[in-house]
Amino acid sequence: MALLDIEGLSVRFKTSSGLFAAVENVDINVDRGEVWSIVGESGSGKSVSMLATMGLLPWTAQVTADKMAFDGQDLQQLSSRQRRRIVGGEMSMIFQEPMSSLNPCFTVGTQIDEMIKQHLGGSRKERHERALDLLAQVGIPDPARRIKAYPHQLSGGMSQRVMIAMAISCNPRLLIADEPTTALDVTIQAQILELLLKLQEDTGMALILITHDMGVVAETAKHVVVQYAGRQVEKQDVKSLFAHPRHPYTEALLSALPERAGDQDRLPTIPGVVPGQHDRPSGCLFNPRCQYATEHCREVEPVAAPDDPASTLCHYPLDHPAVGTPPSATPQDPLASNPSSHNPSRPEVRP
Amino acid sequence: MFKFFLVKLAQLVPTFIGVTIVAFSFIRLLPGDPILLMAGERGISAERYAELKSQLGFDRSLIVQYFDFLKGLLHGDLGNSLVTHAPVMDEFMSRFPATLELSLFALAFAVIIGLPAGVLAAVKRGKTLDHTVMGISLTGYSMPIFWWGLLLIMLFSSTLGWTPVSGRISYMYFIEPVTGFMTIDSLIAGDWGAFLSSLHYLILPSIVLGTIPLAVIARQTRSSMLEVLGEDYVRTARAKGLSNFRVIMVHTLRNALISVVTVIGLQVGLLLAGAIPTETIFSWPGIGKWMIDAISRRDYPSVQGGLVLIAFIVMIVNLLVDLAYGVINPRIRH
Repeated sequence: MALLDIEGLSVRFKTSSGLFAAVENVDINVDRGEVWSIVGESGSGKSVSMLATMGLLPWTAQVTADKMAFDGQDLQQLSSRQRRRIVGGEMSMIFQEPMSSLNPCFTVGTQIDEMIKQHLGGSRKERHERALDLLAQVGIPDPARRIKAYPHQLSGGMSQRVMIAMAISCNPRLLIADEPTTALDVTIQAQILELLLKLQEDTGMALILITHDMGVVAETAKHVVVQYAGRQVEKQDVKSLFAHPRHPYTEALLSALPERAGDQDRLPTIPGVVPGQHDRPSGCLFNPRCQYATEHCREVEPVAAPDDPASTLCHYPLDHPAVGTPPSATPQDPLASNPSSHNPSRPEVRP
Repeated sequence: MFKFFLVKLAQLVPTFIGVTIVAFSFIRLLPGDPILLMAGERGISAERYAELKSQLGFDRSLIVQYFDFLKGLLHGDLGNSLVTHAPVMDEFMSRFPATLELSLFALAFAVIIGLPAGVLAAVKRGKTLDHTVMGISLTGYSMPIFWWGLLLIMLFSSTLGWTPVSGRISYMYFIEPVTGFMTIDSLIAGDWGAFLSSLHYLILPSIVLGTIPLAVIARQTRSSMLEVLGEDYVRTARAKGLSNFRVIMVHTLRNALISVVTVIGLQVGLLLAGAIPTETIFSWPGIGKWMIDAISRRDYPSVQGGLVLIAFIVMIVNLLVDLAYGVINPRIRH
């Protein structure tokens, strides 16, 4: 049984102009001790799907799912009291902006203590010692002094370490890290990622890392979910994803990595932006930015082929050795003969 | 913290000087002459008028009079009332406890009702409860005090007979003033009947005087709560699996209070201003009623002295509010 089992998760926001589907039909299956990564640009619904799992979305959000289970417990059926026992205790989360994620009115110690008190209990002295241990564990120097500090006295990196200490304080089995390094300096980013991976290894908890940085994905995750405009467009092991991306969007993201750009003068980019509520195209949501898009892509919304291990959300998934013949060669597809969409030697993403 | 206090204290000095200028000049800008008003309808001879004028020092230039006033002020001497000839300071101090007692009860009423109402409205944003609370508070805010007071007297005092119409305590009791607070003095005297009676007399004026601050506090609490509810650290608190109650009352309210405390501090000035019509309606023997009488008699020393003292009190309260920030908000303290 998977630790986190989500199928067909959709999140819709009530807005003044009707419902906006921020996340649609996302599946994710995280086993114990696995490291997953959810990747995509801003606005692709990465955070929203995980916030929905944690039950942290505002009241304007409507969350539906065919299945949403943590360790066999159906999160949708639990009472809010039962769910709060899981959230923070067995499944915890850290956020993008560490500086504003800590309450400015309380000391670091108080905020960690509150979490331990909520889920583990214990005497005041035991909790205090555990908080000191945790601060040391996340690499905060002089924990005895820092435990009395207020958040505004800490740097961004320190704040994120405190957030991590708090998140792991109750021995969670799953830690969700929502772009934990985006707001930090590059040097600190590496330290924080290293710390997260070390903690993951030491404790054996599962880790879901939300990021828009393919470089981070390569260094950390074992499994990757690629999201675009609220849809899950591809799901693969990190190795085969980097070797054989199936979705043109994944491929474009990978081409934008400086390491992969090679000796080109300009770093390839993906033209355009993720469509918002009012400019969603018909057909495949990626078609306006996709260099392989055809008429078919502009008209018909793609569904993932049932036999595709990467469940690629594309009419013409890119070549993959595991699948064998690329779908471009499938004779029954009338549009398959379009040569531009299936050129195996793709020079660059920008047309 | 001590340095913070000294800086805030030093900032009060120019404000206070400004207040003395305003207090001194405003009453003199009004038409009317205190000596002519003293004489009344009989009139007064030119010689007697000149004699009185020089006796009271009004024949000197305004600048000289102002510095004379300042000199006295520095010695804690506000001069004597033109009407009663008693020192203004004594007149003020004998009445101030009544106003303070009324204001404190009004403020307590405003905070005890307004704060939870604002919190509830924020938590139930967009729901019927929110619209109800905000609608009522807007109505309360727009209600002129003299009219609202009369309405309540008509309903609760005249028609229902639940509350007394005016005064501080029933004529059946006489309480020796110690602190000047009728509620405290009656407790000191050990007279429960008098204590209950003084509370009974406080109900309506406190509600009338507290209505506008209540509306302001409720609205400020609501908007401040809504702002804080959107903060990242509130999401963190929810992510910790804390109960909704704890998220709202500890993590959100604590931060929302910072701006609410400012507004509560500002209400003190409003309360002292609102005390004037309220005390007039309920014949409450405080400084509001006293100031109105002093103005209508052009009792220059009483008016300027009273204004300076009220302004001084408001400034001190705001200083205390600034200090309270430090307690609530660690970012200022450190």
